[in-house]
Amino acid sequence: MSSPTGPAANGTFLGMPAVPPRSPYGTGHLRGERTFPRAAHDELDNEQLRRNLGKATHSIRAKRLAVTGELPDWEQLRDAGSAIKTDTMNRLPELLEQLERKVTERGGTVHWARDGVEANEIVTRLVRDTGSDEILKVKSMATQEIGLNEHLESQGIAALETDLAELIVQLADDRPSHILVPAIHRNRDEIREIFLRHIPGVDPALDADPARLAAAARTFLREKFMTTKVAVSGANFGIAETGTLAVVESEGNGRMCLTLPQTLITVMGIEKVLPRFEDLEVFLQLLPRSSTGERMNPYTSLWTGVTPGDGPQEFHLVLLDNGRTAALADRIGRAALNCIRCSACLNVCPVYERTGGHAYGSTYPGPIGAVLTPQLAGMHGAKDDPNSSLPYASSLCGACFDACPVKIDIPSLLVELRHQHTEQSGTTAEKLAMKAAATVMKRPGLFTTAQKAAGLGRVLAGRDGTLSRLPPPLNGWSDSRDTPAPPRQSFRSWFASAEGAAAMRAAAAEGARNTDDAPQEDS
Amino acid sequence: MRIALFATCLGDTLFPEAVKSTAVLLARLGHDVVFPPQQTCCGQMHVNTGYQREPVPLVRNFAEQFGDPSIEAVVVPSGSCAGSVRHQHQDVAERYGDAALRAGVATVRAKTYELSEFLVDVLGVTDVGAYFPHRVTYHPTCHSLRMLRVGEKPLRLLRAVEGIDLVELPEADVCCGFGGTFAVKNAETSAAMLRDKMGHITGTGAEVCTAGDSSCLMHIAGGLSRIRAGTRTLHLAQILASTRTVPHVLTEAAR
Repeated sequence: MSSPTGPAANGTFLGMPAVPPRSPYGTGHLRGERTFPRAAHDELDNEQLRRNLGKATHSIRAKRLAVTGELPDWEQLRDAGSAIKTDTMNRLPELLEQLERKVTERGGTVHWARDGVEANEIVTRLVRDTGSDEILKVKSMATQEIGLNEHLESQGIAALETDLAELIVQLADDRPSHILVPAIHRNRDEIREIFLRHIPGVDPALDADPARLAAAARTFLREKFMTTKVAVSGANFGIAETGTLAVVESEGNGRMCLTLPQTLITVMGIEKVLPRFEDLEVFLQLLPRSSTGERMNPYTSLWTGVTPGDGPQEFHLVLLDNGRTAALADRIGRAALNCIRCSACLNVCPVYERTGGHAYGSTYPGPIGAVLTPQLAGMHGAKDDPNSSLPYASSLCGACFDACPVKIDIPSLLVELRHQHTEQSGTTAEKLAMKAAATVMKRPGLFTTAQKAAGLGRVLAGRDGTLSRLPPPLNGWSDSRDTPAPPRQSFRSWFASAEGAAAMRAAAAEGARNTDDAPQEDS
Repeated sequence: MRIALFATCLGDTLFPEAVKSTAVLLARLGHDVVFPPQQTCCGQMHVNTGYQREPVPLVRNFAEQFGDPSIEAVVVPSGSCAGSVRHQHQDVAERYGDAALRAGVATVRAKTYELSEFLVDVLGVTDVGAYFPHRVTYHPTCHSLRMLRVGEKPLRLLRAVEGIDLVELPEADVCCGFGGTFAVKNAETSAAMLRDKMGHITGTGAEVCTAGDSSCLMHIAGGLSRIRAGTRTLHLAQILASTRTVPHVLTEAAR
């Protein structure tokens, strides 16, 4: 909803028409319904969510620090990961063509999807061709991004998530809220409730013991693994050199899907390609340590085309663009494509920890989501575009940059996206204020005058010398923080005064005296 | 050493005591402290809010005011403003500046230091002869910690203060939620972060929470004042400038 008090409403629209910085290339779940502050408002009220999230992120954070700290070459690994990814992005078209060639040589079929709509249509057609009306899913961000499950359902094909957390989310008709731990916002009691309500034939005496909850899901899934003919996966990596695809996981459900069905369809974002097989050496160290805090993930599945008599006999690779080449075209923005979806940035982010994944409105939450989502799906100049609010959903504290295994400078990318947004959003009250502030601050005379005017704020202050209520747009600040009234004298006028000069002389004299008495030593 | 003080717009206008302490401290250590009077603001607020065109004149003014070759070092009592000069000025100059501005920025950024870096790395002192007999906890501020990597330097300076009872702040490296305009644009999320930070601070039983950045302290102090916590905030420079001869006297915290 646009503000009725905006510049257009009173007939004095001065700026250029709002142009989105990027066309909305990406389709699917890449734009929420509410801006971040509005969505966060609701999530912040959810005490249970904050407790669940705080507990989970703190525990993963501690584990990650322990296993990254024990590697003497962790920083070099990060550098290597960053360098390989940067090289990949610089020659992405060439590597993708090589990947296509190698997959085809090994008996697979490659499909190219410009956006989510095309990818969904391709997968639907491939499933129909098998004659099946149900599929198994390996946890995959790419298929979440394009809303594959919902699309298949609308086409009469049932898709079942086999990752435990994804299954919990799917059964509850909920949305994932974390890249790696989709049900991080749920605790075991909530999960028990979900299983009792939605798993057919579950033991009604099921309790909230994690092992028993996992066993209930396992019993349900085992039957499906044995009977379903088609599986759809994502890919953590696709090796151009050999045509090998890779999925890393913790539960083994993925390996069941990747080996048991007749037909395997993999949907892979085009940025997931790696040049050489040996590059896995770097990423199979970086990814598990950064994501789950494990030295190595329990299951790594690699497959190359098809092998007669072993595993799926039909293999399709759908290469998904969905806004990625648009992001790639941006000199600065392409760095976000280096992301390996480890979620380390989510687990250290104080904003994510308090608002949860749903506040971001996109498949990709947290710091990297705030960068990736506007790049893939664009930002409108419109005031209330959810994607335009994402780059501002950060205090720029930088914890995400420190945690990122491929050294994506997320704070700088957020600042860059903010810049792109303000450049495209025409004249706003904020822009006028920023221009006015710069005009005052570039002229020291005006600045000094403004300082004196600010000093008048003292008359508004209470007896304790603070201001407790500020006018919009600062009222959100003053709802929970007092503001000091400006002091009587600025530093510059003190420094120029006789009092200031005397204080500086006294300090110099004291220093000289101390130096004479006892020379200071550096401890 | 001839040191130019960059007071920062916030320090100059709202927190002059922190800047006075910086000036007095450097003078006490035997240095010639100058204040280029045409200085104003580094433009960090503009850049962080998404404006890079608008702060060009501020970046230019900064490079001109502090470019004087007789100035050996520019000292800033703010981690985030020092970070802005060191990292963001270059970005702004590369995008919207001319060759002269780029050169000016490069010259100035090479001699710009946050206070604790300057004391420990450039002057090589950790004991500045301070006396401050109070229980203190230290909040490391994100930009000092991660943009400038000041690390243990402020703590080394604090540990050397005579009479101090320095207590560790739990989850010290987590952001207080200020983030400039973040605290306005996402006021509620920022307030939630601040609540946790305040809980950790008051839990230490410290009389004073200190940091190297007046802006973060403004946020923390604003919250502590609202909940009538009684804990004060003081800039690191104010503690380091306090001596037996001229001790800093704690006034009653706003309540």
